[in-house]
Amino acid sequence: MFGLEKKDASLLILVAVLTIFAPFILNPFPDGSALAQFNAGYPDLMQRFVIFGIFAIGFNILFGLTGYLSFGHAAFLGIGSYAAVWMFKLLSMNVIPAIILAVIMSGLFALLIGYISLRRSGIYFSILTLAFAQMMFALAYSVLTPITGGETGLQLALDDPRILSMASSTDGNIPVPSLFGMEMRDSTQLTVGAWKFTFNVGYYFCSVIMLVAFYIAIRIFRSPFGLMLRAVKSNQQRLNYTGLNPRPYTLAAFVISGMYAGLAGALMASMDPLAGAERMFWTASGEVVLMTILGGAGTLIGPVLGAGAIKYMENILSKINGDILHTWFAFLPDGLEDFIVTIIYPFIGKGWHLTLGIIFMLVVIFLPGGLVEGGQRIMQKLRGKSADTDSAKTEPAE
Amino acid sequence: MDALILQILNGLDKGSAYALIALGLTLIFGTLGVVNFAHGALFMIGAFCAVTLNRILTLSHTVIDETRTDFLGKPLQVDVPYVYDIFGESAGNAIIDWSVPLAILFAIPVMIAVGVIMERGLIKHFYKRPHADQILVTFGLAIVLQEIIKYFYGANPIPTPAPEAFKGSFDFGTMIGFDPNIIIYPYWRLVYFCFAVVIIGAVFAFLQFTTFGMVVRAGMADRETVGLLGINIDRRFTIMFGLAAAVAGLAGVMYVPINPPNYHMGMDFLVLSFVVVVVGGMGSLPGAVLAGFLLGILESFASMREVIDFIPGINQVIIYLVAIIILLTRPRGLMGRKGVMED
Repeated sequence: MFGLEKKDASLLILVAVLTIFAPFILNPFPDGSALAQFNAGYPDLMQRFVIFGIFAIGFNILFGLTGYLSFGHAAFLGIGSYAAVWMFKLLSMNVIPAIILAVIMSGLFALLIGYISLRRSGIYFSILTLAFAQMMFALAYSVLTPITGGETGLQLALDDPRILSMASSTDGNIPVPSLFGMEMRDSTQLTVGAWKFTFNVGYYFCSVIMLVAFYIAIRIFRSPFGLMLRAVKSNQQRLNYTGLNPRPYTLAAFVISGMYAGLAGALMASMDPLAGAERMFWTASGEVVLMTILGGAGTLIGPVLGAGAIKYMENILSKINGDILHTWFAFLPDGLEDFIVTIIYPFIGKGWHLTLGIIFMLVVIFLPGGLVEGGQRIMQKLRGKSADTDSAKTEPAE
Repeated sequence: MDALILQILNGLDKGSAYALIALGLTLIFGTLGVVNFAHGALFMIGAFCAVTLNRILTLSHTVIDETRTDFLGKPLQVDVPYVYDIFGESAGNAIIDWSVPLAILFAIPVMIAVGVIMERGLIKHFYKRPHADQILVTFGLAIVLQEIIKYFYGANPIPTPAPEAFKGSFDFGTMIGFDPNIIIYPYWRLVYFCFAVVIIGAVFAFLQFTTFGMVVRAGMADRETVGLLGINIDRRFTIMFGLAAAVAGLAGVMYVPINPPNYHMGMDFLVLSFVVVVVGGMGSLPGAVLAGFLLGILESFASMREVIDFIPGINQVIIYLVAIIILLTRPRGLMGRKGVMED
């Protein structure tokens, strides 16, 4: 189906079903119950799941396949956001031209940066990409303020030209991004008993794009081109000796993954028409590295899982505070309750980064293949040792 | 001319910090072959050693001072640091005043312990793994370390002053024959520079003139042969890791009065220090020091008004720009050795 093998097609369909029904799946607890804070089924967070999923899928095409660890990928995310917001300011509030321009712009920048950075490999490549991203961040923050809005970020204004549509909506406000009239922020709510499910236009728009992006990624993974990228990772010298120049392939992978990042940036700007330089800061680049490794670099589904896991932790874990912990452990004797709360407290709320760091370290140390490898190991344990010969659904990174 | 000297002086203190951190990074890379992304966190921990010592010294208990009264006419309650009880008031005051330099003594054992624990507990297991894995695990460790510091000390910068004697500035220009009030330089920055020079000199002397240092240098050149000679090179390299951690920590301790420490200062310095190491040449100790000072001074030259007017924004990007040019034209760095991490 779609030119995919059966295994890949079923993976794609599985992901499609999960994203379509995400508003249900992510909202398993009834509204107002004690566990409702674990619900992730609200539009803002779901949008972030899929957008960062796209970002991580793109990063994985570079890192997972070629092994080149870019520490400056957020730069392309920022460029995509800026390009999209400029399109909203100048042309119209339709998201399609914004996304197209963002992808083209980030592709161009990726071509330039990739052309220079890919002359070196290993740690030097990481430092070069980091240096470029930091340079762009510093410039966007200071000198390029007329283009980037500097510290306040790039925002829409009422007196923007918007030559293809009205500068302001009928009620005199700044119009919102839309797809041929469907506003991105529109939602319908469905109430079933105590449960409330929200279906958001922006989320479904992002999901469709993510599915397309995921499909393209599968095709790249299974193509001769993808094979060539894997060859770059496993042994570049051998590739040279067979008379092949690896650089065009790695450069193509770099540009593709930069365009994925630009796409993600454009979607971020489409959901909330605002772009700031902090999106390009190197910690943002570090975040996508975390996502990809956590999920499993070099696997198809890993980066999406990693992006989901980190964004879920960021939003849900960071909301838990001491009081909530006390109510959870209220059934214990007082002294024990206080003791347990004191132990858990540093890891939640504002301290969620600590949990993230520890999980990340454990994954790198014990599970270099990420969550996907973990899942495979568990499956193998369950099936018994005979399943060892059966190579699992996705191949872990080397 | 005077502006030139002023900019060189301004670049020295930042350059010293870069040089010290880059020196530690290179020590670790040269001995153990590990790319340590947690090195910035070690710098930060050093800075918080100074904060901790300051807090310990100013630990107080409340006493009621019968001789003085507050505005209601009751006897005044005053906080008396325990140090006063032990050393008397004037000596106690001096100790608190000098808490930052004293923190050097406090930080050395702490940092060596942290470094050795890190190496034995975690990094030891990553020698055989690819560089990308080393970067990732130390990056994770850096996050964990800075979050732990954030948990105990909060997210805000903690100002910790330099000793009274070194507060303020002096007129450097008059000493070398310029008119007064042209070249004004803060005392502490000069102290920092001298301190950095002493530390760097000590590290080089240690490597050059002691038997231990000789063995370590031999190990850097050819680890296997040194091992075959019956020398436990692993243990020496562990100690070198502790030493590198101590160098980073001391750089942090003394940097506290220049810039109040917060939990992410290490990360801010780390990125630049990596650039410094790469410019200096991976694995070259003199290269790291040279590049550290060079980039620090370049950065301060680029922030001169005349230069900014000429090329806007150059002060923000100069270091990265230099790094990119160096990496592309001279991949081995300024003083890199042949065959060390060339790809």
